[in-house]
Amino acid sequence: MLARPERFFEDRFGLTPSVMERLLGSTLAGRVDHADLYLEYRINEELALEEGAVKKASRHVSQGAGVRAQSGERTGYAHTDDISLGNLEEAARQARAIADQSSTSAVVPVGPGRIPHDLYALPEPPIAADLSRKVSLLKQVDAAARAMDPRVRQVIATLGSEELVVLIATPSGWTVGDVRPLTRLNVTVIAEDGGKREIGGYGGGGRVQFDFFFEEDRWRRFTAEAVRQATLKLAAREAPAGNLTVVLGPGWPGILLHEAVGHGLEGDFNRKGTSAFSGRLGQQVASELVTVVDDGTIENRRGSLNVDDEGVPTGRNVLIENGILRSYMQDRLNARLMGMQPTGNGRRESFAHPPMPRMTNTFMLAGQDDPEEIIRGVQRGLYAVNFGGGQVDITSGKFVFSASEAYLIEEGRVTAPVKGATLIGNGPEALTRVSRVGRDLKLDEGVGTCGKDGQSVPVGVGLPTIRIDGMTVGGTQV
Amino acid sequence: MIDLLGDLLGRATRAGATSADAFVVEEQSFSAQVRLGQVDTVKHAREQHLALRVFVGPSMAAASTSDLSHESVQRLADEAVSLARITSPDPLAGLPDAADLARAIPDLELDDPTGHRLDPEDKIELARRCEAAALEFDPRITNSEGGDFSDRQARYAYATTHGFGGAFRTSSFGLSVSPLASEDGKMQRDGWYHVTRKRARLESPEEIGRIAARRVLRRLGARRVKTVEVPVIFDPDMAASLVRHIAGAASGPALYRGASFLLNRLGQSIAAPSVTIIDDGTVSGALGSRPFDGEGLPVRPTVLVDKGVLSAYLLDTYSGRKLGLPSTHHAARDGSGVGVSTTNLFLAAGVADPADLIGSVKSGLYVTELIGFGVNGVTGDYSRGAVGLWIENGELAYPVEEITVAGNLLDMFQAVEGVGNDLAFRDRTAAPTLLIGRMVVAGT
Repeated sequence: MLARPERFFEDRFGLTPSVMERLLGSTLAGRVDHADLYLEYRINEELALEEGAVKKASRHVSQGAGVRAQSGERTGYAHTDDISLGNLEEAARQARAIADQSSTSAVVPVGPGRIPHDLYALPEPPIAADLSRKVSLLKQVDAAARAMDPRVRQVIATLGSEELVVLIATPSGWTVGDVRPLTRLNVTVIAEDGGKREIGGYGGGGRVQFDFFFEEDRWRRFTAEAVRQATLKLAAREAPAGNLTVVLGPGWPGILLHEAVGHGLEGDFNRKGTSAFSGRLGQQVASELVTVVDDGTIENRRGSLNVDDEGVPTGRNVLIENGILRSYMQDRLNARLMGMQPTGNGRRESFAHPPMPRMTNTFMLAGQDDPEEIIRGVQRGLYAVNFGGGQVDITSGKFVFSASEAYLIEEGRVTAPVKGATLIGNGPEALTRVSRVGRDLKLDEGVGTCGKDGQSVPVGVGLPTIRIDGMTVGGTQV
Repeated sequence: MIDLLGDLLGRATRAGATSADAFVVEEQSFSAQVRLGQVDTVKHAREQHLALRVFVGPSMAAASTSDLSHESVQRLADEAVSLARITSPDPLAGLPDAADLARAIPDLELDDPTGHRLDPEDKIELARRCEAAALEFDPRITNSEGGDFSDRQARYAYATTHGFGGAFRTSSFGLSVSPLASEDGKMQRDGWYHVTRKRARLESPEEIGRIAARRVLRRLGARRVKTVEVPVIFDPDMAASLVRHIAGAASGPALYRGASFLLNRLGQSIAAPSVTIIDDGTVSGALGSRPFDGEGLPVRPTVLVDKGVLSAYLLDTYSGRKLGLPSTHHAARDGSGVGVSTTNLFLAAGVADPADLIGSVKSGLYVTELIGFGVNGVTGDYSRGAVGLWIENGELAYPVEEITVAGNLLDMFQAVEGVGNDLAFRDRTAAPTLLIGRMVVAGT
């Protein structure tokens, strides 16, 4: 794979900077507030093992272009997966048609601004690693899982690798590109004991090379975690139902932030006034122990980007500082309409979608407390350490996230494992009840995918151990 | 398109495949969103996708591309065949028996070529009318996430090296709106939509807008309730989500992996006798219909649950062979290979008037929205966030939110105490109103 996106699209499709400038300039200039061209080339590879054998291998190539024209609050977007000049001109005409009645006279020039980061240059991208090594990793996972516990009945291991080359061009002749590697190993285990079956899963990855899975024996740890979770759940009892003190473990439970405050702080919802956080900048929305940041600049993380999908370098954006709402996450459109600066959060699933404000890596900063002491302070509560997905209604603020590994806390001690249960809360209130923040901030392993408006993008989350004084736990034990 | 597939399959065979199948999709779509009366986003799209699955002896691999050039098609064949050399042999892998392939391709009235001939301005106008009807309905409706019109036309073709070749066209048209209402400083959002294969059958934008308005208004003033075990009524759309969970657990890949709460339950009672669930891909003009499945097998009705008894699984050829059963012709395709999907899946209508079901509940929950992913397909354990209306003395009394409903899907389906007579095919999966005798509602 070429290191320079500009050359890549020039060599492959003949799209030189001057061709792109002419395309955007002649069709779009002088009529709209903003216009851009987004080019994408993606190779994706998936290997799947089940029943001890790698039965599925697939490779997908997709390429395409999206042309966008914006005028006021209007966006015209056209995309095609046939990258030829004729098609792009047609797409530009379609995109422009919608924005034609612009009141302003010229395209606002978009300059390079901050310099893009260099967060994931790899000696060997994961897509290029030897297939036979990948196959043998999956077989190692299978053998290890079965050796760890005789109750393991089924092991499903998947390894995905991707390379995405993007190029963003604006009518002022400015272009910026990015080459984004991504890989992920997932292990799912089904355990059976006395006719009872349970499922456990674990995994990780990032914008890293294939060897990442062998460093620190990660693959073995992921496997052991999946086995541990499946077998632990075989002994789980009914989860409690009702309002309880909840202690969340570090790392992936940071999905709480993603749902409770993250989506509600995306610029589009706030510009439109549809978020429960609309108009609340400067107000207290969390306990003063809580500082939440969205940081797209962490090296090799799944949610990190050198530049967002509008060419804006990502940043470390403080969303909530000591409980006070400080900022929203913005793309260019919503930043312009709200009179704010873009924050490097304009993202899209692919060329088939216009960008919108999205999270990158969202986490809470560490506090002062000893995690064990946080648990010791709880008389009766729930200790939740692993989660499945979550969802939020940004307008009412109600959010859920589903615990897949949780325990009762009784008299300051973690006791029996309980079955999975959904936790529900109200975004603007939930974090005001955070009464303890541990010093053990951890980021997740690199498995998160966020969905919004039908678009999926890779993200990260993180959390130290925290105590929440009261949350509704959706178990069955009344 | 069939010629393109023939060319690709020929190249795959020359590259070393012993058998193969391939499909191609070409689609064109348009969508317009109007927000507060102004055009917000208009999208035009043209996409194509070519996918190949090859068998080299008993080893399988797949590859796909959006680039249909000659060079790319050759690379697709070469890459799939070389990938198949690293996968493990599996004696059960392979195409279905040629004798089972669909002989005729029925016209199921899935497309509406003239329906797409509408100016973008007229499409935008439909979205505008839909949103306006919601906004004008009540002064408490103060904002909106927009009214949307979308249409899509697609051509799909599928061919195999053992003689199948078939193609069909589909159309779809959708209108939706998501209004916001506010009262006492609290906002609520809800919405309504309609999707059809024939534009003429699309409900009027005003009707969709008014239903969305009524739905959002009834959420204003929502409260929480105390944690309690009560009867729970699922409205038709939410009942359909329960039916989808049953279909997921009855699907072949989940079963042969042992990842299903319906494992080894064929022929057993899994629901109350009032529950019958059917999948029928042959319904003319329906959203889930298709003339043949993802492996070229003819589509036909399947009774999944017959008066409470699990009477069939949903199988493609491979998962069927794994389970020692014939395919039920539910193969679905994506670029990575073959899976299982339902077509038009529904829980058959009962005899109860939905109002009588509500009237029969002294204290309970009427669910209108569910959020989150708290469903364990292996155990059937169920726990999701809910929005709805509280029932008191047989009446919908007040809106509720920030609560969960929990149980186990097997217990829930056995506890079905009432099936409404209000089945309507609004989506690929449909159900009437369902009354479940007891579930745990968690709140304060």
